[in-house]
Amino acid sequence: MASVPSNSVFDALADGTRRAILAQLAQGEATVMEIAAPFAMSQPAISQHLKVLEEAGLIVRRVEGTKRPCRLNLDGFRPVNEWLDALRDGLSRSYERLDALLAETKTPQAKRKRK
Amino acid sequence: MSKLTLQTEGDRFVVVTRRFAASPEAVYRAHTDPKLVQKWLLGPEGWSMPVCICEAKPGGRIRYEWVSPGKPGFHITGEFLELEPYRRIVHVERMHLPDPTPENRVETVFTPDGSGTLMTMRMTLPNEQARAAMCSSGMEHGMEASYARLELMI
Repeated sequence: MASVPSNSVFDALADGTRRAILAQLAQGEATVMEIAAPFAMSQPAISQHLKVLEEAGLIVRRVEGTKRPCRLNLDGFRPVNEWLDALRDGLSRSYERLDALLAETKTPQAKRKRK
Repeated sequence: MSKLTLQTEGDRFVVVTRRFAASPEAVYRAHTDPKLVQKWLLGPEGWSMPVCICEAKPGGRIRYEWVSPGKPGFHITGEFLELEPYRRIVHVERMHLPDPTPENRVETVFTPDGSGTLMTMRMTLPNEQARAAMCSSGMEHGMEASYARLELMI
């Protein structure tokens, strides 16, 4: 069964800067300095966003000397994707039924002719 | 390939599009006539809707109750806000689990598309409780998470 996405994941994704950071990390691992470069934002502000992403399980950080490079944690996205899959699956099946229903009710006259 | 697309939009919305081989009038009717809604709005296999109240007028009530053998049933209530025949429906709905979830505002638009209809439905991202209920309503087969959709989220 799909696990329940925690609200922190959706909260973490709700911020434009954090989504931009994730897009950047999709290119590969980066240090805080590298992540902060494209933003008109202080390093502490970026670090705060990274903390939110880390707590939501969307990124992981390792220690390399004095640096703590970040990368995406794809497992962290799994609950979100599973939830979207469940929604997509439920809707798909509903709409397939609707297709059948529309085909049934569309041309009763044509159907009668075929018989 | 499914004809359905589902994307997150910004931080609050999920947008679903789907094409139907029928006129906007027919698709609109299937969304507003309780006898029709009851036949198709059933989600995953195994569910039925014994109660379907769908008063398609501004302020009209919505109540859909779903049941499935061996599973706890659930229902939604809501109200229609705006109806432009064959073009657009705006309604709010709440899931009862049994406590009601925050209101989800749903806008459904039907656009002529060749001989068929393009439907675009924009809904508000639900909270954790509502997501949990939707996940547990039948999605028990092991789904391989697709990371392709990561792009949609960021």
